[in-house]
Amino acid sequence: MPRLTIEDLKKIKEKHRADFTLREGGYRAKVTVHMGTCGIAAGARNVMTALMDEITKANLTDVIITTSGCAGLCAREPLATVEIMDQPPVKYCDLNDDKMRVIFKEHIMGGTPVEKYGLVVGSETTY
Amino acid sequence: MEKFRANLMLCAGTGCVASGSAKVHAALRDEIKKRGLEDELKIVLTGCNGYCAEGPVMAVYPDEIFYQKLTVEDVPTLVEEHFLKGRPYQKLMFKEPEKKTAIPLMKDIPFFKHQVLRVLRNKGLIDPEKIEEYIARDGYLAAAKALTEMTSEDIIKVIKDSGVRGRGGAGFPTGMKWEFASKVKSDIKFMLCNGDEGDPGAFMDRSVMEADPHSVIEGMIIGAKAIGAHHGFIYVRAEYPLAVQRLQLAIDQATEAGLLGKNILDTGFDFVLEIYLGAGAFVCGEETALMRSIEGKRGMPRPRPPFPAVKGLWDKPSVLNNVETLAQISPIILNGAGWYRSLGTEKSAGTKVFALTGAISNVGLVEVPMGIPLRTIIYDIGGGPKKGRTFKAVQLGGPSGGCIPESLLDIPVTYEDIQATGAIVGSGGMVVMDDNTCMVGTAKFFLEFTADESCGKCVPCRVGTKILLDILTDITEGKGKESDIETLEDLARDILASSLCGLGQTAPNPILTTIKYFRDEYESHIVHKWCKAGVCRDLTTFWIDEKMCKACGACLRACPSKAIVGEKKVPHKIIQELCVNCRTCYDTCKFNSIRILPAGFEGDPYEFLGIGAAAATTGEKKGDA
Repeated sequence: MPRLTIEDLKKIKEKHRADFTLREGGYRAKVTVHMGTCGIAAGARNVMTALMDEITKANLTDVIITTSGCAGLCAREPLATVEIMDQPPVKYCDLNDDKMRVIFKEHIMGGTPVEKYGLVVGSETTY
Repeated sequence: MEKFRANLMLCAGTGCVASGSAKVHAALRDEIKKRGLEDELKIVLTGCNGYCAEGPVMAVYPDEIFYQKLTVEDVPTLVEEHFLKGRPYQKLMFKEPEKKTAIPLMKDIPFFKHQVLRVLRNKGLIDPEKIEEYIARDGYLAAAKALTEMTSEDIIKVIKDSGVRGRGGAGFPTGMKWEFASKVKSDIKFMLCNGDEGDPGAFMDRSVMEADPHSVIEGMIIGAKAIGAHHGFIYVRAEYPLAVQRLQLAIDQATEAGLLGKNILDTGFDFVLEIYLGAGAFVCGEETALMRSIEGKRGMPRPRPPFPAVKGLWDKPSVLNNVETLAQISPIILNGAGWYRSLGTEKSAGTKVFALTGAISNVGLVEVPMGIPLRTIIYDIGGGPKKGRTFKAVQLGGPSGGCIPESLLDIPVTYEDIQATGAIVGSGGMVVMDDNTCMVGTAKFFLEFTADESCGKCVPCRVGTKILLDILTDITEGKGKESDIETLEDLARDILASSLCGLGQTAPNPILTTIKYFRDEYESHIVHKWCKAGVCRDLTTFWIDEKMCKACGACLRACPSKAIVGEKKVPHKIIQELCVNCRTCYDTCKFNSIRILPAGFEGDPYEFLGIGAAAATTGEKKGDA
């Protein structure tokens, strides 16, 4: 490592922000890709790979991806839930990698849910 | 792909390495590769996470799932379930003992919930071997601020205002120490770090050095600027190989990056840092002895004054701070004195790290705001004594500390309140003892340590601790005299008053506090020849309560000297002539039917213990030898 200046310290901090957003929380958006057996069989992995690719290309540090199990509606898999901070979650269905890329641009980056792919807004009630 | 969707923070502290985290790491790496997930998941080896009792442990972010007791065999299922299919693996998650349901979120686990991390802010969150990760968490920004924007007086003012006190044990205000040294004029000064953690059962400093070595280095740079030192040493015991290795790596990285050495961050300030290995003598934790040791001489204390701030290492003005103290300097510089004072009490500000060990459910490392009740640490964070046992005492401050009984558990943890009990906060060792502990034996254990570690310079300490130990040994072997308690107290006070350094000034504390709070145990050892906890072999008779015995045969099979007779449906009996008082049957019995009587007991045990219907005798009740 070359000798650092105070500016370099800040640059290094910025460069590692993505990892620490994961570890510390404080992200702007969270995408849950439902990866139950049904989701995986229907191609959820490609959907997730596409999403990760977009996030990498856009060099985002405040969007995180998590996976979860079957969302219950196996017929409409692959499913993904997009949660933007302070907005109700939106579930998308019948996804493929191209649709995911559109959702990334319009909803995650643009802030407008993609109606044509959307299944439902909100979550089920739980106790 | 550069971005990862999850970070797997696998603990590689000494505790978890011992329980197999290196093998788990290899298995995890292979399995993730096999599944083609290596571009999505990043494994980070961290320093001690603190929850050593359940190691190897791993936290998964962003999910905040906490896994414990990982094994190589579990890895394939874990990877398939959690990382491929997205279903956190219930089997390895934390479970609350009573409920048996998995609680996955770290913030819901009582052990973590009550803690506030300042010193341990980076534990389990960064890879200690990568300087970039430390920098990414505001690392070296405080040093940069101190070197460019602050004068020595500014730094000292913030540290003084914050109220931070030395975490090594004595609790001396850090800002005042720095101020003294800064005002002494000298061409050479030294900034020193005490990593010679010597209390049995304490591992706070080791964890900080292993998990976050750069935080110690940064604290030292700031301290060096404050006092005007350009050379420093970190004194670490050689028994901490991992800490030494990580500190050396951190020093090398910081030197290469221009954060140590000449002209730090192009500010014109020089600070060269070296590690000095100690051989592990307890007395070398005392500041003047530590400095003699670095000079290459025999580690013995010398009278103060002159204080090290005036004449320290090689007779040059020196400041010695503990690892934990130094680790909290940089956040104080960045966030200010007010931030630091937002936790803790007026005189004991901030947080303190404790090493929680002994007869407690959650052994580990915890950081709590000062001023919280001792009970919260032991019951809420520590989970209380193990199942079926009851709390007896907590030993604070290692061999220099004292035992605090149940009745005082509601006192707040501050330097003053703990000292009022006769114990000390010390460096933060907290050993919990349950009803299976003999308090006379506990005092003897600590005296064995201090008598052995006394450097021999002062007669009261060298000879006195040996005599204290001899008296305690006599008491535990049934040779105690009625006057012994008085002699112990008398001699203990003499040693306290006439020793030069902290070792002798505190060594009698375990005796004084156990006499103060558990005098009945001393009396029962001396008068009735009865160790009620059944620990002192010469003062015990094991006896089976035939009314409680279920004749299960467990004790009979466990007895190494075949001293127990009985068969199915026939209550068992101990043949006292064959019994060696090894206590194995007592620990084996699940029905609480084995009781402890005085040595050479004769008479009716039911009446003596006041249990069950006594046999129809009205004779003398005591059967003392």
